[in-house]
Amino acid sequence: MSTDSIIIKAEDLTKRFGKFTAVDSISFEVKKGEIFGFLGANGAGKTTAIKMLCGLWKPTTGKANVAGFDVYKQTEQIKKTVGYMSQKFSLYDDLTVKENVSFYGGVYGLSNNSIKEKSEYLIKKLEIEKEKDELIKSLPLGWKQKLAFSVAVLHDPLLVFLDEPTGGVDPITRRQFWNMIYESASNGVTIFVTTHYMDEAEYCDRVSMMVDGKIAALDTPRNLKNRFNVKSMHDVFVKLARPDYVPNPIPSNQITTL
Amino acid sequence: MKRFKGFLIKEFHHIFRDKRSLLILFGIPIVQILLFGYAITNELKDGKIAILDQSKDEITQEISNKILSSGYFMLYEDLESQNDIESAFQRGIIKEVIIFEPEFSEKLFRDGKASVQLLADASDPNLANMIIGYTSSIIQNYQQGLIKSGSVQPVITTEVKMIYNPELKGVYMFVPGLMSVILLLVSALMTSISITREKEMGTMEVLLVSPLKPVQIVVGKVIPYFLLAFVDTCMILLLARFVFDVPLTGSLLLLILESILYIITALSLGILFSTISNNQQTAMMLSLSGLMLPTILLSGFIFPIDNMPYILQLFSNFIPAKWFVIIVKGIMLKGNNFFYIWKETLILVGMTIFFLLLTIKKFKIRLQ
Amino acid sequence: MRTIRFILRKEFLQIFRNKAMLPIIFIIPLIQLIILANAVTFEIKNITFNVIDFDQSSYSRELISKFTASNYFTFNRSSFSVENSQEDFRTNDSKLIIVIPKNFEKDFIKTGNSKVQLLIRAEDGNAAVIIQNYSTNIIRQFNIGIIPEWQGANTWKTPPMIDITYSNWFNPQLNYKTYMVPGILVLLVTTVGMFLTGMNITREKEMGTIEQINVTPIKKYQFIIGKLIPFWIISLFELAFGLLVAKIIFDIPILGSIFLIFFVASIYLFVVLGIGLFISTITETQQQSMFIAWFCMIVFLLMGGIFTPIESMPSWAQTIAFFNPVAHFNKAMRMIMLKGSDLSDIHQTIYFLLIYATVILSLSVWRYRKVS
Repeated sequence: MSTDSIIIKAEDLTKRFGKFTAVDSISFEVKKGEIFGFLGANGAGKTTAIKMLCGLWKPTTGKANVAGFDVYKQTEQIKKTVGYMSQKFSLYDDLTVKENVSFYGGVYGLSNNSIKEKSEYLIKKLEIEKEKDELIKSLPLGWKQKLAFSVAVLHDPLLVFLDEPTGGVDPITRRQFWNMIYESASNGVTIFVTTHYMDEAEYCDRVSMMVDGKIAALDTPRNLKNRFNVKSMHDVFVKLARPDYVPNPIPSNQITTL
Repeated sequence: MKRFKGFLIKEFHHIFRDKRSLLILFGIPIVQILLFGYAITNELKDGKIAILDQSKDEITQEISNKILSSGYFMLYEDLESQNDIESAFQRGIIKEVIIFEPEFSEKLFRDGKASVQLLADASDPNLANMIIGYTSSIIQNYQQGLIKSGSVQPVITTEVKMIYNPELKGVYMFVPGLMSVILLLVSALMTSISITREKEMGTMEVLLVSPLKPVQIVVGKVIPYFLLAFVDTCMILLLARFVFDVPLTGSLLLLILESILYIITALSLGILFSTISNNQQTAMMLSLSGLMLPTILLSGFIFPIDNMPYILQLFSNFIPAKWFVIIVKGIMLKGNNFFYIWKETLILVGMTIFFLLLTIKKFKIRLQ
Repeated sequence: MRTIRFILRKEFLQIFRNKAMLPIIFIIPLIQLIILANAVTFEIKNITFNVIDFDQSSYSRELISKFTASNYFTFNRSSFSVENSQEDFRTNDSKLIIVIPKNFEKDFIKTGNSKVQLLIRAEDGNAAVIIQNYSTNIIRQFNIGIIPEWQGANTWKTPPMIDITYSNWFNPQLNYKTYMVPGILVLLVTTVGMFLTGMNITREKEMGTIEQINVTPIKKYQFIIGKLIPFWIISLFELAFGLLVAKIIFDIPILGSIFLIFFVASIYLFVVLGIGLFISTITETQQQSMFIAWFCMIVFLLMGGIFTPIESMPSWAQTIAFFNPVAHFNKAMRMIMLKGSDLSDIHQTIYFLLIYATVILSLSVWRYRKVS
């Protein structure tokens, strides 16, 4: 593996809040163009890790390099290169679809022409021709999330961080959402996605499992299932999180949320 | 009753956990009363003046010295000519120019008449009034000295007695006013925000489906703020008594009872506002602009109501604080007993009942 | 520059889409200006007075009629007991009791010396001083008026008299509104500017949109400028609107240059908005920022010389007031509007405000962290 193909490299990355260690010395690498799943229960430290990687928070100790930039010193360069979709819905409720797109496009320094082109393309792709001049707050949540994703990749970032992008969204929209992720990935964008829906892990090229601030496992979904000898990622997670747990006799795909 | 106790304890926890708000609750009264007590005053002291003395003789010197040694005035500059006056005022420092005419003492003794002209910067009319008043009485005193040493002239001496506030302290006015504003802030503003917060967070629904009665919920919300307001009252009274020497000529018990009545009025207003508003923002805006501002302006504690346009005077009658200020001033400064303030008390009671009835009506509509 | 333009467009869209905004900009100031200008007055008129006339002579009656004839005084009632009369102090029916002792006229004619006693209800010390001034003035006029009468009976040499004349500059009618309206305009732009900016960034924090902004390559200064300019424009507009209302409704004189007013105001607003932004960078919720802004505002406004003169404050308070931007702007506004002061009269104020603005804005840029 040549170093060129590595877009994120973290070594012993740690974040403490007072006595509480949210992220405990994690090390991993993400390859260019892959869909990297960052899995874990609520409070496992996923969001904290993401915020450090996209330059929002400074790590307490450890090293990390995102797209060739250092997370301590070069946060502003990182911000130019990556896209980010936060856990909280983060478009402006009181602006229309077009206004949001043009604002973020402008902030990332896109030219007026390209803003226009992109927003037309986006509106067509999301099939929101009729709603393009409506305020965001009047749209259903699923649309908002798809829109937020489109805005996060508006400036053609090399890498995009998605923090729980499908929280609270119905299964059909989740499916559509993942199709959009695949499309971006096929265009060469690296996807770094956190989720606690274990079924979504199956869609990723590689996943890491976080438990209590540490990475408990990191591999392709297939290898992980083989290693733990279970049928689904859900069972992998349960085994990792609660080693004393006996797998459920019911086929696990029925108890996952999808 | 046991449930109610649990609920009440939860409310106290909420309040005492929010250190920042608590600091404001106790900080505001102290800061305000210190500001008002020490800094906010209309008294004239070391007012900067300029003198244009066109005769520079013994008499004008003596008059100038009298004026400058009074403590009210300080010489900022000596002017040389009439033309300097306007620009001196425009620099914004001096408040008065005193002009002695040329050959002042000659004219005074030869013709029996000499004139001094006082020019005041009346952009602040109140200050101008005081400055002219003080200066002319100093000059008159000087003149009377002249008369006594010279010939006899009949004089009516005026003996002035300032009743209730012989030293003319501003604090005497501000303490009742601040009490009314601060109690309103703590009781009305805080309760209305606290209840709407519970509505906004959705926890109100949880409380309403619990076996607690709606009345118990409201009372439970209100009691902590009632106690806070009461503590604030005591704090203000102690500060007034021991820091600013405001007298308490009437009965302390009566004062406390009336304060409790006013706190209840304010609380009922707070509850009413919380039934009207759906979020904290609205509750806050309503309380600040609909309550605080009118209370500060129209309760008569800074600006005398008697001199306002009739329509504002009329409007001031609907402001509970106005009546409370009258009551507190009556008890503290004049030693009034209940006989003198029963009317105002009755008005406050009436207002409270009105607010509560309105609240109950609104509340019922909401539940249906 | 281009980035700032995009932020500005977004801010303006949001501001004008907010339904509460138009009333905040137009209606509230109008109402505040009208109510405040009428309510905020220390003018003393309609001084109700009681009379206790033990003398019942022609002099005593004449003196009382002088009071009744004055515009400032209103006769309430007459009685023969101080205690009885003072009941009206308790019930707030009377502010002044004039006590004329027995032999008032006789003493005056015989010994050339008689006495009048004034009892003033002095809870409000200021009002009491003014009442005292007005009454002693009337009594003095009366005194001078009866001297010739008295001299008719006794032939004495005219004693030396100092003739005091006075004039009130810049506001000859002593119109209180003329004085207050410039101050109220200061209060208006300060409140609107500080509250709106104070809540603006906290609102983005509460909504979560700030996080999205923070991962963009926006520079800190761009963000602060983008947040500042809209409210700067709105506040200046607010001032223009207020001045127009002041001119039309209250006919307030504007002696100095309008351009100078706006020049000073535009610098001052950077200070106020900077304070608002600073507050919003240190708070998490709109409620908190509102409380803090409110608290600052009270201290600023009360110690800003709008209602009571700064010169009357004790020296420690004057030192504090020196660091109060409201005090400087208020002073400049009144000087320009009421006295026609020009740039050379207020250049110090301008330097001060410039330094203040630089400090507070750098502080907000520094304090605003692009972290979530």
